[in-house]
Amino acid sequence: MKVLIIAQHSEGVLDATTLNVVRAALAVSEDISLLVAGSECRAVAEDARYLEGVTNVILADHPCYESLSAENLASLVAELAPSYSHILASANTFGKNVMPRLAALLDVQPLTDVLYIEDVDVFLRPIYAGNLIAKIQSHDKVKAMTVRTSAFPPVTQRTEACSLEVVDKVFDLQLSRRIKIEVGQSERPDLGTAKVVISGGRAIGSSENFKLLYSLAEKLDGAVGASRAAVDAGFVPYDLQVGQSGRVVAPELYIAVGISGAIQHIAGMKDSKVVVAINKDADAPIFDIADYGLVADLFDVLPELEAQLC
Amino acid sequence: MKILVPVKRVIDYNVKARPKDDGSDVDLSLAKMGLNPFCEIAIEAALRIKDENDQCEVIAVSVGEKQAQEQIRTALAMGADRGILVEVDSPLEPLAVAKCLKSIVDREHPDLLIFGKQGIDNDNNQTGQMVAGLCGYPQGTFCSTIDIIGDLVAITREIDGGSEVWELPLPAVLTADLRLNEPRYASLPNIMKAKKKPLEVMALGDLGVDTRPRQTLLGVSLPSERKPGIKVDSVTALIEKLKNEAKVIL
Ligand SMILES: Cc1cc2nc3c(=O)[nH]c(=O)nc-3n(C[C@H](O)[C@H](O)[C@H](O)COP(=O)(O)OP(=O)(O)OC[C@H]3O[C@@H](n4cnc5c(N)ncnc54)[C@H](O)[C@@H]3O)c2cc1C
Repeated sequence: MKVLIIAQHSEGVLDATTLNVVRAALAVSEDISLLVAGSECRAVAEDARYLEGVTNVILADHPCYESLSAENLASLVAELAPSYSHILASANTFGKNVMPRLAALLDVQPLTDVLYIEDVDVFLRPIYAGNLIAKIQSHDKVKAMTVRTSAFPPVTQRTEACSLEVVDKVFDLQLSRRIKIEVGQSERPDLGTAKVVISGGRAIGSSENFKLLYSLAEKLDGAVGASRAAVDAGFVPYDLQVGQSGRVVAPELYIAVGISGAIQHIAGMKDSKVVVAINKDADAPIFDIADYGLVADLFDVLPELEAQLC
Repeated sequence: MKILVPVKRVIDYNVKARPKDDGSDVDLSLAKMGLNPFCEIAIEAALRIKDENDQCEVIAVSVGEKQAQEQIRTALAMGADRGILVEVDSPLEPLAVAKCLKSIVDREHPDLLIFGKQGIDNDNNQTGQMVAGLCGYPQGTFCSTIDIIGDLVAITREIDGGSEVWELPLPAVLTADLRLNEPRYASLPNIMKAKKKPLEVMALGDLGVDTRPRQTLLGVSLPSERKPGIKVDSVTALIEKLKNEAKVIL
């Protein structure tokens, strides 16, 4: 078994989820290559040589990989793929963009959002907004998959530097062009890795009121999330949405404030270690999955919470 | 301008899916079915382009069982011009669906394909990207805006922690995120009109593509349930629990 991981990175830094993907890869093999494709990204590759579990780093450094477009990247990885039994990436918008295209080029059926690796060819993944878990055996020669990073702890050790291999294959298909990147301008920790997430729903009522959550998040060194209703109403930016069609988070503590607990929302947070729900409707479904529920008006609770958390 | 919108018949989004008693698969025997919400958004996106272009045809295509005709009719009632069903006996894997769609692309030569970003049944989020790969077309996934500018399409993509703006030359494949638009409702007259719109049914065999499964579903189970929690009666009690019982705050 040989695993190839497609690394995600930006501005010279490896994306933190790559460390979770390495952990998943270790369930398959001890022979793990990590591909760092990009433009002027040698430093990222050099750094990655010290990652626990990684036995080879492959660097593809060319301006055509600058935006990590799915078209160029999938073509590059398809070229490298025949030497590997498994190809892994994070199940986030990066991995989900490139992996299926790559799989189509390789004529294999990929797996999305793998939660657990039972054997080299048997995988568990959530379906129906996480209400069910499917156990799937893959018969393809190359098993292409994205892994749910919250289900695999990150590797943490620094080891001796592994080999660094440079490939000079250029796939400059010029099929798409990135014009602009807008990074969410939150100073809070990233939603995906924060230990505490405080999410607000429709009931928060306005972006002004969301400030109550932000100041609480600051006290708890947490990130702010939201339900779709809150995002659609324009209270907070889209990238804060937690759920089936947003981010999947699994923090130590998840506080749902004024969120009813629709299955699509629960899909994104039910693996949190401790869930707190604050809702004035005692029958709201969020209470079915909350460890601690408080039936109360959020506008009474939030100031009190903040005052008592010193 | 010709726009192809692949649509999928799935469980209604309000229904909580259950495994079959023997755990072999999902039990859909009694489930209410409907048009995948993301596909509905894709149809709406195509119709908005059509609303602004006189010469625009929107084709709804499904690779599915006979009953998927209902979902194609929904798309026609919303305003699509015609439908194509590639009829299959049992659901195909996304790779096989993508190959069927590629052969429709080879026949229809659309300028644009708009997919929903994922089916709410299997949550695969694959088919659009795979069709783009098979056709060698550019792909724009998770779109929250779409603008046709001559023979280019400009899109905003929703990504983790922000968004990106991209330009793709046509023909291109796009996948729709939730916030791209709010789909229109089909009016009663339009539902009646849709019954007369052309809906071509093709047999899978006619396409001559390799749709053999690559995976075996070994079983479907319920995820581990969270332990039932408790209600607390005050903020003070909540903080006490979080500090001393759950030990998640200091
Ligand atoms: C295809 C699809 C995908 C979806 N994906 C997602 C997703 O990824 N994430 C997501 O979140 N949703 C998603 N949804 C939407 C989801 O179905 C729900 O509509 C949404 O989660 C509801 O948001 P909410 O809980 O904030 O709003 P509501 O359901 O309106 O709930 C508001 C809650 O606030 C409570 N409340 C009101 N006032 C107060 C007060 N003063 N104090 C305390 N509590 C109060 C109410 O009792 C209620 O329970 C999706 C839907 C579809 C169809």
